[in-house]
Amino acid sequence: MLLLAGWAIVLAAVALLAAEALRAAFVLAGAGVEVLGLALVARAQLAAQGEHD
Amino acid sequence: MPAPAPTLSDTAVALCVVLIFLIPSTAAGIALINTGLGRSHSAAHLMMSSLCVFSTAALVYFICGFSWQGFAGGPAHVFTIGGRGWNWIGAGHFFLRGVALEGSPASLAALLGTLSVGLAALIPLGSGADRWRLGAACASTALLAGWTYPLFAHWVWSGGWLAQLGSNYGLGRGFIDAGGSGTIQVVGGLTALSIAWILGARQGKYTLEGMPTAIPGHNSVFVLFGCMLALLGWFGLNSAGAILFYGVAPGQTALIAINTAISAAASAMTAAVITRTRFARPDASLAANGWIGGLAASSAGCAFVTPLAAVAIGIVAGTLVTFSVEWFELRLSIDDPGGAISAHAMAGLWGLLSVAIFVRTPAGALGAAGASSGSASGQWLAQVVGIATLIGFVLPLTYGLNLLLNYFYPQRVEPEGERQGMDLFELGAGAYPEFVTHSDEFTQRRT
Repeated sequence: MLLLAGWAIVLAAVALLAAEALRAAFVLAGAGVEVLGLALVARAQLAAQGEHD
Repeated sequence: MPAPAPTLSDTAVALCVVLIFLIPSTAAGIALINTGLGRSHSAAHLMMSSLCVFSTAALVYFICGFSWQGFAGGPAHVFTIGGRGWNWIGAGHFFLRGVALEGSPASLAALLGTLSVGLAALIPLGSGADRWRLGAACASTALLAGWTYPLFAHWVWSGGWLAQLGSNYGLGRGFIDAGGSGTIQVVGGLTALSIAWILGARQGKYTLEGMPTAIPGHNSVFVLFGCMLALLGWFGLNSAGAILFYGVAPGQTALIAINTAISAAASAMTAAVITRTRFARPDASLAANGWIGGLAASSAGCAFVTPLAAVAIGIVAGTLVTFSVEWFELRLSIDDPGGAISAHAMAGLWGLLSVAIFVRTPAGALGAAGASSGSASGQWLAQVVGIATLIGFVLPLTYGLNLLLNYFYPQRVEPEGERQGMDLFELGAGAYPEFVTHSDEFTQRRT
């Protein structure tokens, strides 16, 4: 969900913001949310594999 | 409003056809690399899977994939936000109906897509080696070729919203990916990551304490020969993509080929030097992964960077691949026998980002696919938006589709199949029948 949420922020920034700096800041913020989502997915997979073993 | 259709001279059309005909050698190269890095008792299965996956991808793409990918200037579904069109998906007919198959840009895009979707589909075989059922690999490929790949390819190569970020929002020339760093390599690499997560590690790969054990590839000769074959097809892939989707002049093919070759060379040598420095001997499999990583990274900006920049792109790709292979295995416990995630996804992402750093596009160099006006300073943002789309949309999509498939049709082979080897368990015969084997391995799955 965080991955999709981050992408939604990126899309919204591109579509709705006109000021270059503000748009860039929100795009980077969206990308940051995606990185957070990726880290959580990786942790969840790691935990699942530990349980499986 | 759809992006304008590109126009190609007769020379460009002829050159494109010849270049596209080279692409299957990349498929052969990747199949050999995946097989060589896998275990000997699954070698025939991996080659058979490569053939079946490539075939499935081509058929599904012919049936519905190309209709959703479409081509620049072709029918597409577009909606408007704030007065600007967002071109989301192609609206062509199934079975290539309505496409003029006589050398038109649309027919060349269909030909290139038919082969490149197969390449993207071969990539996950590297991460699923030794435990991915043949039927499941084909079913997963159908999802990739029928939905995931065409959707992203439409956005990038067929005048979709990513290609039009320049003309619609002033972000440079829009998202640039001439040879498919994102469209082929990252899409395939992220699918490989999803498959590795869903399948889990091979039996015996990790100890109870979570420490990885080495399961070396069985044939370095296959791997290194596969690298050479891949280079040949990559020349075609990068050159044809640049001509067809970005209107690059046919004369630029020499620059593209030089950039492609030296990026791969720099990347492979970087991986060899790093492993030589760290482990006292150069590692053949990591050097091969570095080579493929350099090729994957070269694709995005192959026509728009200087050879010196291509060397820099290769050096970074080689470093990234070498360390990320170790990182995935040690820190994330992801078992990726072929190094597909690092060599294709990580290097491809770097290739897309490198466009923002190194590309200096001359005015008028990008004519097709909606890549028109826009400020040069916004190019980096267009590339970041494309990368964010791959990680934030394509990864959840491909993971979700494969998880759903796994629910209805388990993708991992039974433990007995893994112990016996995929060759005997699924195909009934091994790749190397003269090898000494234990008698119980000849037990057939079904009598």
